Amino acid sequence: MSRAYRHQLNGSDVERGKVQLEAEGVSLSFGAVKALSGVSIKVRQGDIHAIIGPNGAGKTSLLNCTSGLYRPQQGSIRLLDGKVRELTRTRPSRIATWGVARTFQNIELFRHMSVLDNLLLGRHVHMRHNLLNALVYVGAGRRQEIEHRELVEEVIDFLELQAVRKLEVGRLAYGLQKRVELGRALCMQPAILLLDEPMAGMNAEERESMARYMLDVNELAGVTTVLIEHDMGVVMDISNRVTVLDFGNVIADGTPDEVAEEPQVVKAYLGEQ
Amino acid sequence: MTASKLTFPQLLDRLATTSGDEAALQEKRYGIWQPITWSGYRQRVRRFAHGLASLGFKRGEVLAILGDNRPEWLISELAAQSLGGLSVGLYPDGIVEEVEHVLSHAGVRVVVAEDQEQVDKLLALRGGGRIGGVEWVVYYDPHGLEHYDDDCLIEFPELERRGDELERERPGWLEKEVERGEATDPAILCTTSGTTAKPKLAVLTHRNLLSMGAGLMEVDPIDRRDEYVSFLPLAWIGEQMISVACSLQAGFTLSFPEDASTMQSDLREIGPRLMFSPPRIWESLVSSVQVRLQDAGWLKRASFRWGFKVGRRVAEARIRGGRLGLSLRLAHGLAELVALRPVREQLGLTRIRHAYTGGAPLGPDVFGFFHAIGVNLKQIYGQTEICGIAVLHRDGDVRYNTVGTPLPGTELEIADDGEIRLRSPAVFAGYFRDERATDDAVDAGWLCTGDAGYLDDDGQLVVIDRAKDVMQARDGTPFSPGFVETKLKFSPYVQEAVVFGGDRPYVTAMVSIDMANVGTWAERNSLSYTTYTDLAQKQRVYELIGEAIARANEDLPESVRVSRYVLLHKELDADDDELTRTRKVRRGTINERYAPIVEALYDEGAESVAVKTAVTYQDGSRVERELDLRIQAMNGLALSRDDVRDDVGIGV
Repeated sequence: MSRAYRHQLNGSDVERGKVQLEAEGVSLSFGAVKALSGVSIKVRQGDIHAIIGPNGAGKTSLLNCTSGLYRPQQGSIRLLDGKVRELTRTRPSRIATWGVARTFQNIELFRHMSVLDNLLLGRHVHMRHNLLNALVYVGAGRRQEIEHRELVEEVIDFLELQAVRKLEVGRLAYGLQKRVELGRALCMQPAILLLDEPMAGMNAEERESMARYMLDVNELAGVTTVLIEHDMGVVMDISNRVTVLDFGNVIADGTPDEVAEEPQVVKAYLGEQ
Repeated sequence: MTASKLTFPQLLDRLATTSGDEAALQEKRYGIWQPITWSGYRQRVRRFAHGLASLGFKRGEVLAILGDNRPEWLISELAAQSLGGLSVGLYPDGIVEEVEHVLSHAGVRVVVAEDQEQVDKLLALRGGGRIGGVEWVVYYDPHGLEHYDDDCLIEFPELERRGDELERERPGWLEKEVERGEATDPAILCTTSGTTAKPKLAVLTHRNLLSMGAGLMEVDPIDRRDEYVSFLPLAWIGEQMISVACSLQAGFTLSFPEDASTMQSDLREIGPRLMFSPPRIWESLVSSVQVRLQDAGWLKRASFRWGFKVGRRVAEARIRGGRLGLSLRLAHGLAELVALRPVREQLGLTRIRHAYTGGAPLGPDVFGFFHAIGVNLKQIYGQTEICGIAVLHRDGDVRYNTVGTPLPGTELEIADDGEIRLRSPAVFAGYFRDERATDDAVDAGWLCTGDAGYLDDDGQLVVIDRAKDVMQARDGTPFSPGFVETKLKFSPYVQEAVVFGGDRPYVTAMVSIDMANVGTWAERNSLSYTTYTDLAQKQRVYELIGEAIARANEDLPESVRVSRYVLLHKELDADDDELTRTRKVRRGTINERYAPIVEALYDEGAESVAVKTAVTYQDGSRVERELDLRIQAMNGLALSRDDVRDDVGIGV
């Protein structure tokens, strides 16, 4: 019996390098405040695609439009996974079932539940229960339960959460909670993973291990990752594509090296002389 | 037929026939204990043995195994032995030089490696042409190895499948191979802990190991219900003894923890009945109790103190063989309830029947602690060259300063120069391809241990230390630096200690602090710090360790008390060659590397000593830094006497 994982964590059928998520002319405003003005981005399968920019540049707004929390007034965001699916006029719960998983800047876990239960919750979109077979642990309901637990256990192994499996999430160190949140997103077997500042508030050691896990998720599990991050060092190290936003506009897009050369980016980050 | 006429694969056959449906091994995976029965175990050994045969593995060949404790480890070992070969275990945290030395010295062609980390180590060595003899690397944890395409790599289950094909071609062949095995065949090569130079490889035969196991079980009957948790490196003789030699004779279940981080809770879940660990494990169990007590409320602390005192009186009375008075018996019953049993429960030791320590001396305080809480801990004395056990405490006759009396079938004599010599069927067959070293170690069947010792009035063996390490204090008293070090290490704040003083006017110590425990202490005492180095050099930490030394000094004769000490800027590390893999101090390396510090310890004018440290950054660049370590004299410390001696003796 091989020790290899039995489940694929990557839920995407798109070929590596093909465009998987496409935003076109997305504009969003709150009253007179323009959060996004005509933003266009292409995310390719298999990339770690970083979205960077100063505070208030519209990074989180873009992510919220993608996961359905905000509705942009103009433009479209399409998931090109098998079918072409428009995300801008869709309920968040629907988008989740299409394989868009995310984590939040502030941890959004169930603090009083165990790590295991929080992760099992990530399986929610894949559960096909009716009340009856969920209540009586037999037949198909039982098979499904075992299957889900098995996948969750593979994620626990992958992210090395064995020692905290049964602990209450609220009792864990902050860095560990962030890892649990990443784990819950992975349990969805996502087609695409949206991470909103996964390293905010972490110490150096925690950041380093988080970066390692993000690379593993991308390289070993093959999951496309869209990443918002402030730490430029991390962005330059681990991402292979970077989009820079400033005041709701895309000011640069390319590989980390290309972007770092852009005068506009330097200006946005360091200010003008 | 008695066990010592058989080989391990033959014993496995016997168990698969008599108790085929019982659990032989169980591993915690996916949060659940997953058992393998004796017949399942044999089946997997058969498949893998055929697989090895398909790679051309021959009688007398050496299979190297490199990884943590998993069923595959033992399956590989038994498979090699089924074919008349032998196995050599490598420490998974071993540095590449050790791996290189063992693989090339033993002429290894096939290596079983656990995971990406170990495979990378091997591929790097192989790429550099340093282990040219290695043709196959078999791995069993494929995570991260999906895209490796070296020709030498093969996954464990794939080799098992190849084995199935071979078995179809040659039915009945393996049975004959197993039958051909003789008890006098070499079974394993075991690396000696080598406090000096490169590890030597001791050749141990099936008969060596089994006779040692049989001797142990004659003293302490072990049966198939005596569950055991296997978490110490299988490359170590102690783990081989229990997990292979004893388990295959007694038929008990081995459990492998899920991960190093879950070891403690897995241990509690199993509640083993048999445990054999080196002192550092017992010491860390005591530390964990000490630390928990410090965090506990006053009521808990008070009840533990009282219960512990009662437990200690009972243990002392039992050792003296006296009868317990009624009031003490009643008090003990209550102490069990409120203090002792809860502590045993925390440590996962409620069901323990046989607890052993070995591999290095254990301090009397730690010994006393376990006996007080009702764990019958016994010392084992032996060496790799005599399969680990030769001398053992007996129930009801455990003295903290002795190691007991020889096992049945083991003879012991003290040579004229004070060296301990042993003779038994467990004495090894020699060092692998090193006749000169073998001749030095074995003299007409007697194993020259290189340890100095004597027999006390009741015939119990007292081991002083390695003969070459025994020092003489100023007034001519022989003393063992190891003994003083062990006393210092009883403090939860001391990680390692090295004591000097042989040819010097007084005794000094170099101490590395325990980062976790001192860190917690610092937090509780609002002492801020940044790094290990910073923490170690705080005045208050010096005082904390000074108290620990003062406590140890109280039990030592005047002339061997530590009078000056220094706190090291780093932990002593096996990766830096300062400790052996079994965590014994390598005095040679330390004397050499820390010569300036030792000089400063004996230069009464010196208040500090400058040391150079090299910091290697993530990108591989190295920076040399100089920093000052303070030297502290014991008589320059103002210690509050209340703190020095606590009646529980564990400073809470």
